[in-house]
Amino acid sequence: MTQASRTTPAAPGPGRRSVAGGLLGLGAAVLATPLLTACGGGAGTDPRTVTFGSNGADATPKSAYAALTKAFTADSGLKVKTNTVDHDTFQKSITSYLQGTPDDVFTWFAGYRMEYFARKRLCSPLDEVWDTIGDGFSDAARQLSRGADGKYYFVPLYNYPWAVFYRKSLFAERGYETPATWDEFLALAKRMSRDGLSPVASGYGGGDAWSVLGAFDYLDLRANGYDFHLSLLRGETSWTDRRAVRVLDLWRELTPYYQKSGGGRSWQDAAQSLLDKKSGMAVIGLFLGQQITDDEIRADLDFFPFPEVDAAHGQDAVEAPTDGFMLSRRPRNEAGARKFLEYLGGAGAEETYMGVDPSNLAVHERADTAPYNALQRKSAELIAGAKHISQFADRDSDPGFISTVVLPGLTEWLGHPDDGTGTLKKIESQRSRFFTA
Amino acid sequence: MPAATRSPARRTLGDRLFLTALIGLPLLALLLFVLLPALASVALSFTTWDGIDLAGIDWTGVENYTQILTNYPPFWPAVAHNVLWLLFTALLPTPFGVFLAYQLDKKIRFTRFYQTAIFLPMVLSLAVVGFIWEIIYDPDTGLLDSVLAAAGTGAHPDWLGDPDLNLWAVLVASAWRHTGYIMILYLAGLKSFDPALKEAAALDGANGRQTFFRVVLPALKPVNVIIVVVTVMESLRAFDIVYVLGGGTGSKPGMELLSLLITDNIIGESGHIGYGSALAVLLLLVSLAAIGAFLAQTFRRQDT
Repeated sequence: MTQASRTTPAAPGPGRRSVAGGLLGLGAAVLATPLLTACGGGAGTDPRTVTFGSNGADATPKSAYAALTKAFTADSGLKVKTNTVDHDTFQKSITSYLQGTPDDVFTWFAGYRMEYFARKRLCSPLDEVWDTIGDGFSDAARQLSRGADGKYYFVPLYNYPWAVFYRKSLFAERGYETPATWDEFLALAKRMSRDGLSPVASGYGGGDAWSVLGAFDYLDLRANGYDFHLSLLRGETSWTDRRAVRVLDLWRELTPYYQKSGGGRSWQDAAQSLLDKKSGMAVIGLFLGQQITDDEIRADLDFFPFPEVDAAHGQDAVEAPTDGFMLSRRPRNEAGARKFLEYLGGAGAEETYMGVDPSNLAVHERADTAPYNALQRKSAELIAGAKHISQFADRDSDPGFISTVVLPGLTEWLGHPDDGTGTLKKIESQRSRFFTA
Repeated sequence: MPAATRSPARRTLGDRLFLTALIGLPLLALLLFVLLPALASVALSFTTWDGIDLAGIDWTGVENYTQILTNYPPFWPAVAHNVLWLLFTALLPTPFGVFLAYQLDKKIRFTRFYQTAIFLPMVLSLAVVGFIWEIIYDPDTGLLDSVLAAAGTGAHPDWLGDPDLNLWAVLVASAWRHTGYIMILYLAGLKSFDPALKEAAALDGANGRQTFFRVVLPALKPVNVIIVVVTVMESLRAFDIVYVLGGGTGSKPGMELLSLLITDNIIGESGHIGYGSALAVLLLLVSLAAIGAFLAQTFRRQDT
C-alpha cells in the first residue's frame, strides 16, 4: 500500500456522505434536464426572426431554399432560421414534431396529407395570407390549398409531373416511337427487351418502395378514371373491387419488362440506368432531373404522358404532386411567419427557387417561365392541359395506410406477380383500421 | 466514533431522510421512466389513439388483440421470422463464437489480431454495418453479385429485394456481428478458467472434445447463462440491422419482425398507438416467458 492511500481515511477531504449526496444531486440534475429544456423552448422569441423547418436536405433543394430565405431577409429585414431535416426523417417524425415546439413555417405536401393535419388542428389557417396572395393562383391550386372545412392551410411553391421518361438519342438510334396506347407501350417494351435493354427502369429497394406507386396510380387513373382512383385511395371503395383487380391485371402485363432485381435497387440507381441507356424508359417524376449533372444529357431527356388504357378516360389526368408550406399551430413569431408565407406565395419567390432547382415548375400564374428549359416547358403544358391533377398515392391517401399496408403488399406482389386478388384481399383487410367513417 | 457502536435504532432523523432520499429518488425515476410507461403501454393497448389529442383515446377492449391475431397479414410471418431468427442465432453464430473463443484461448500465434478482427463488427456503429452489407448485396455493383457474375454463373439474386431471400441475407449480416460478441464474452470466461482442471482431465485421458464438453462447459455455467440470455434477447428484440438494411422505412415483405411491426404502427404520420402498444405487449409477454422460463430453470437447479 502506498503512503498516500494509507493517509486517506484521516484526510479532511469529502466524506462518504457528501460524495453520495453529490452523486444524488448530479443524478437529479440529469433527470431534470429534459424538463427544464422543454420549458425553456418557448422562451427566447425574437420578433426579428422566423423559424423555418425544411425537409429539403438534398444538395439542390437545400441551396434553393437557402436562396429563398436570403431573398426574404433582403426584402423584409426579418431573419430566417432554417432547421433542415432529412426528407424521410422529417415525414416520419412530423406528428411529434408538430406537437412539440415546431418551427413557425414548415415544408409540407398538398392533398390528403395536408388535410389530415388541418383536421387534427396541428396547423393554423392561412385565410389572411391568401387574401394577399390569392389572385396569383389558379382554381386548381386554390382547391389544393384548402382543408375539408374550406379554410386555407397551405401555400404552394412548386409542382412536378410524373410521366414516362426516355432519352431522345436512344429512341432515334433504334427507331423507337413514343407510344400513345397501352398496347403500343407493351409492344415497345417487348422490342426493347429483344434489343437487350431493360425496357422499364425499376428501383424500389430500401426506402424507395414509393417509386412503384407511379405506375399503380397511372394505371388506375387511365383504366378507372380520377374519381374512382381518389375514392379508392381515400378508403371509400373496397380494394377487392373488380376495377382494382383490373389494375393489377394490367400491371402484370408490364412486369416482365421491368428491370431485374428492382427490389434491391435505389430509385437513383434505376434512374442512372436510364441515363446510361441501359434501360429504355422510366415511370418517374421530373425530379429525376436532380440526378443529372451533365447538361448534354439533360437536353437529351424527354418524356411522354403515361399511355391511354381506356378511351373513356384517355390521358385526362396528370399526377403532379405539389410541395409548399404550412404554418404551425402556435407559431412563436406569428406576424413574421405570415409575412414570410406571403413572400413565399409570391411570383418572385417561385422564380428564385426555380432558378436554383430547375426540376420543378412554379405554381404561381405570374411566375416568369422564360428561363424554363425544354423539359420544364413541356411539363407545364402537360399539367395545364390536364382535366384532373392527382397528388401521388401517398399524398392522396392516409400515408400510414400506404406505407404499412399498400406498399408492402404491392412490392411483395411485384416479386411474384400472380396472385393479385390475394394481395388486394390483404390490403382490404386493413382498410377499416385507417379509414373510419 | 467507531462505526461498530452505531445500531440501527440510533439513526438520527437526518440519517433517515438522507437514506430515504437516496433510495426513494432513484426508485421514483425508475417508476417514472420505466414502469409507468410500460404500464401505460399495457393500458393503451386496449384503446385506439392517434397519438395527438388525449381526448381522442377510445376504449375498445381486446379488439386490438383479436384484430392482430386474426386479421393482420404481417403478424404471423413476423412471429415465424422471430422464431427463425432465434433458432438460426442459437444454432450457428452462437456455437461458432464459443468455438472461436475456445480456439483463440489456446496460445496460438497472432491471437490478439484474430480477437480484434472478429470483434470489430461489434465496435462499428450500426449505420456503418448496414452500409457495408448494402454494398455487398447491391444488385448492380455489389460484391456478391459481381463475384457470381465473374464466376460465370447466370444467377443474379436480388439479396435484399427478394422476399424469399432477404431475411437470410440479413441473418448473415447479423451473425457476422453476433459471433464476435459471443466470442468476447466466452473468452472472458475462459480467462478465469482454472487450467488445473484441464490438466487433470488430460491426465485422466480425456481428449480435446471430452475436455471441452465434460469439463470446460459445465465449469463455465455462469457464462453459459449469460450467453443464452444474450442470444434470446438479441433475437427477440432484433430490430436495428433489419431496419437499416430495409431502408429505414419500416417492415418490408419477407423481413417482418415483431419489433418492426410495432414501429410501423407507432412511428409515422398517422399513428395507431393502441394497435402498436398491443403488439408491444405481445412481444413483452413472449420475451418474459422465454427469459423467465430459462432463468427459473437454471437457478432452481443451482439451489438443489
